[in-house]
Amino acid sequence: MNTLLLVEQGLNGLQLGVMLFLMAAGLTLVFGIMDMINLAHGSFYMVGAYLTATFAPLLDSFALGLLAALPLAALAGMAVEMVALRTLYRREHLDQVLATFGLILFFNELVRIVWGPQPIFLSPPAWLAGTVEIIPGVPYPAFRLAIIGVGLAVAGFLYLLITRTRTGMLIRAGASNREMLGALGVDVKRLYTLVFGLGAALAALAGAMAGPILAVQVGMGESVLILTFVVIVIGGLGSVRGALVGALLVGMVDTMARALLPTLLRAVMPPSQADGMGASLASMTIYILMAAVLAWKPRGLFPAHA
Amino acid sequence: MPDFRSRETWAVLIGLAFLLALPPLADAMGKGFYITLFTRILIFGLAAVSLDLILGYGGMVSFGHAAFVGVGAYVVGILSWHVFDASPVVTWPVLVEGTENAFVVWPLAALMGGLFALVIGAVSLRTTGISFIMITLAFAQMLFYLAIGLRKYGGEDGIALYNKSELVPAIDLFDRTTFYYVCLAILAAFLALCRRLVGSRFGMAVQGARINERRMRALGFSPYRHKLTAFVISGAAAGLSGALLANAAEFVGPAYMSWQRSGELIVMVVLGGMGSLFGPVLGAAAFLLLEEWLADLTEHWQILLGPILLFVVVFARRGIWGVVAGPDRRER
Repeated sequence: MNTLLLVEQGLNGLQLGVMLFLMAAGLTLVFGIMDMINLAHGSFYMVGAYLTATFAPLLDSFALGLLAALPLAALAGMAVEMVALRTLYRREHLDQVLATFGLILFFNELVRIVWGPQPIFLSPPAWLAGTVEIIPGVPYPAFRLAIIGVGLAVAGFLYLLITRTRTGMLIRAGASNREMLGALGVDVKRLYTLVFGLGAALAALAGAMAGPILAVQVGMGESVLILTFVVIVIGGLGSVRGALVGALLVGMVDTMARALLPTLLRAVMPPSQADGMGASLASMTIYILMAAVLAWKPRGLFPAHA
Repeated sequence: MPDFRSRETWAVLIGLAFLLALPPLADAMGKGFYITLFTRILIFGLAAVSLDLILGYGGMVSFGHAAFVGVGAYVVGILSWHVFDASPVVTWPVLVEGTENAFVVWPLAALMGGLFALVIGAVSLRTTGISFIMITLAFAQMLFYLAIGLRKYGGEDGIALYNKSELVPAIDLFDRTTFYYVCLAILAAFLALCRRLVGSRFGMAVQGARINERRMRALGFSPYRHKLTAFVISGAAAGLSGALLANAAEFVGPAYMSWQRSGELIVMVVLGGMGSLFGPVLGAAAFLLLEEWLADLTEHWQILLGPILLFVVVFARRGIWGVVAGPDRRER
């Protein structure tokens, strides 16, 4: 029985991990190339979920809804970059924090005006609504397996994009020396906008896939954003490989702690207290993990600008 | 000796006179709620000034400052809860009873704020830049979840206080005017302390670490120790502001530590003017009044507040204090 639980929770951890990777990849690219901290990244996650939840019933298909939502989210990201963030690249990080904090307030309220304050529901596509027996006797939701599949596919796609294509070469060049890249005649501004759009689309994809699992509601972006920060700090700022490792680590540790800590604590204290303590300790585990990693390697596991 | 030829001195004196005169004026106009509102402004002002000490002078962008405010508030809340419950806080290794004595609770709130700042700062200050922002944020989230997990003390719902802290019998904190003046006195005392601090050798070392850490190290200073000390002082003051906030609201909850609160504190500091100590008080006033005014205007006031913040960041770099006190004579 216990191994079955472990397998199931392991898959849950993997699923959370790939979701966090989708968020972290965009954020870390934006950081690595533009040296920019973008708190509003979670807003694209939220917008992606809301757009998918709007289009999916209209088009009568989750996949089509998602396909409609992603370009829109990417456009929204590029628009925000061009209107608001472009002026902030050369500013201090503090200015970027404040400005994007303002953007979060704006987006949250905008969503509240357009879609109302109540959470809305997004159902998974019918053909993924059932369960799959991964090993005999362990049914697992097919949709969660699909998330893992999509996440790993995107990770592979990003790897190819960054290591094998011209765009990827420019992204890497931008991360190591912006001025030189501009001097070589590359339109760095356009590159920034494109990368920002890509990051927004990835965040929207994560949001859309989280929609059927969690409620689609205002503020959903912030909780995942902070987890993403933890991922990036652990993985090392600006490194996509670090983001992948950090995301899987955080996803796994968080899920396992939530599943196992209350049970472990029940062995040493009364159940009612153990559940409360276990839940709050579990929420804290990843932050403790982060502190431990930093105490060991202050620049994260795979720092990009070593 | 204050310099009466500088605009800064006059701005401070006029501000102080206004704050001293506010309660009788508000009462005379029959607008007593302004006393309550300005009490909040003073309390958030204290928290913002404490943040300015590390943000403006030390260059440490702490995105988790609300955590220390929350810690201070919870000290008041928990000790008061135990008075009401008539149960001891801890029985081992020493028996600690709940209490509402301000002379015990408030210093303890500051002490705990400082203690948490010491632990969080010791880890966070190993990093700089964006990592530091993210780590302080993450630690604050950690305490936020810890507070939610305190089921005994209301969990997500927090603790409603049935009593305010007790100072001396002659000073009744239930009287809003009295409480206002107590908060004003504490804020003024902390501002005076900070003025001394930033001008001292220690303050210079902290500012030096902001401008050029490597050079400070070459001069034989230990930037880490100085920054950590500043961080702890700042955390302690924030804890004290939390204790006052708990008394003002007669409520303590996890929301005090939410990351939005931390963001708002940074906004207050920048809006008022970084590295000016007095500016953040103005910033707190501007922010809370703006919030009040916009909320009156429309239910969706945040859609206005967001772009206003963006605008302030992009166009008004020196904050309100820059306008009030004139050009900065300090080298930046």
